[in-house]
Amino acid sequence: MIKDFEHFAPKTLKEALALLAKYGDDCKVICGGQSLLILMRQGLVAPKYIVDIKGLDELNYIKDGKDGLKIGATTTHRTIEKSAVIKKKCPVLAEMEKRLASIQTRNWGTIGGNICHGDPAGDPAVVFIALNATLTVAGAKGERNMPAEDFTLDYFEVALEDGELLTEITIPVPPPRTGAAYTKFNLIESDLATASVAASVTLGSGDGVCQDVRIALGAVAPAAIRAKKAEEVLKGKKITDALLKEAGEVAATEAAPVPDISASEEYRRELVKVLVPRTTKEALARAKKA
Amino acid sequence: MKKQLKFKVNGQPYEIFVEPKKLLVEVLRDFIGLTGTKRGCNSSSCGACTVMLNGVSVKSCSVLALQANGAEVVTVEGLAKGNKLSSLQEAFLDHGAFQCGFCTSGMLMSSTALLTENPKPTKQEIKEGIDGNICRCTGYNSIIRAVTAVVKGEYKEAQ
Repeated sequence: MIKDFEHFAPKTLKEALALLAKYGDDCKVICGGQSLLILMRQGLVAPKYIVDIKGLDELNYIKDGKDGLKIGATTTHRTIEKSAVIKKKCPVLAEMEKRLASIQTRNWGTIGGNICHGDPAGDPAVVFIALNATLTVAGAKGERNMPAEDFTLDYFEVALEDGELLTEITIPVPPPRTGAAYTKFNLIESDLATASVAASVTLGSGDGVCQDVRIALGAVAPAAIRAKKAEEVLKGKKITDALLKEAGEVAATEAAPVPDISASEEYRRELVKVLVPRTTKEALARAKKA
Repeated sequence: MKKQLKFKVNGQPYEIFVEPKKLLVEVLRDFIGLTGTKRGCNSSSCGACTVMLNGVSVKSCSVLALQANGAEVVTVEGLAKGNKLSSLQEAFLDHGAFQCGFCTSGMLMSSTALLTENPKPTKQEIKEGIDGNICRCTGYNSIIRAVTAVVKGEYKEAQ
């Protein structure tokens, strides 16, 4: 049973921030509520006050600008999945969204809500880390930006200070010859990931050497993480199957899986060994075509 | 403290006062009495509670009722026009697209949402369209056959 709470539906970001400043720790932000309501129903989260930002239309947008794609925090998953500009400029994001939960959940759930929930098995954070996205958060003192990889801290814990709200995600324009891919492993199509990997590969001009690579892992650590050592295996080299295999093995040592009902720690490490080469290879193929 | 919820369900305006913790499915079933929308898993997994909210399908067990303030909701009761069932409802009957029937209203809402968005889906797209709905009797094939029959134009929509 959900415990009683007082409900506020601010009309503007300013109003929302004022409410967060006023109620501090006693309040929780809800947007689509697709994750939060489950926890509230189980009694795991029981806020006294709810600041409902689902109606904050000023944060509901997808913009294609000079410094990349900008997505407002209250944009629904389904809007991103179907957006023509996302499909064209950042297809991996649309592909990820299509694998996220079910259509009904994507219709109401929002991108900002998903990342702020901090579920290590959530899909978007993994892709944002691989794409080197920047998150903008607003608070009483103003705005600050941080890389996506610094946002996911621990199990259901993100780098939001009291009174702060995630407002925007910026995906930078990728360098030339860059390709990205996302792989999600789960047993039921609309379920959370048992393990997931996102990779972005940038090739040098003409030589086919891997100039830059970013690999992110989901559901295999208490938070979405970047597999930096695995990236080092590939950086500056011409990517071969043998190197990909090695990168997968290294990534498996960087993972710190939490066993749960879906899979054991060992099984998840094995998945990382398979999914890192597979995903990076796909990103490489796309980089070659880009 | 109760708050006002003003919205339309199947075209009918309602103005009620609800506790903020009430979910859309609870308001539809317990306050308005539209029990066609089923409360199944209560955890956003089964899809039996699917309704249309401002034109998109949602799981009403996972939406705060107050978020429907000012919105238009369509439940399975709103699919028929008077005594004439919708094409999908007719096709579900003809193809025996249910066994116990518990998932049916959710299946109908998801397939209605699918055909509204994409009137000519492929078989794969139909499967994806009802991916968020579980039929525990596993009668998926007949459901897909029913939707396919509508896609092929075998039914005439009620005016």
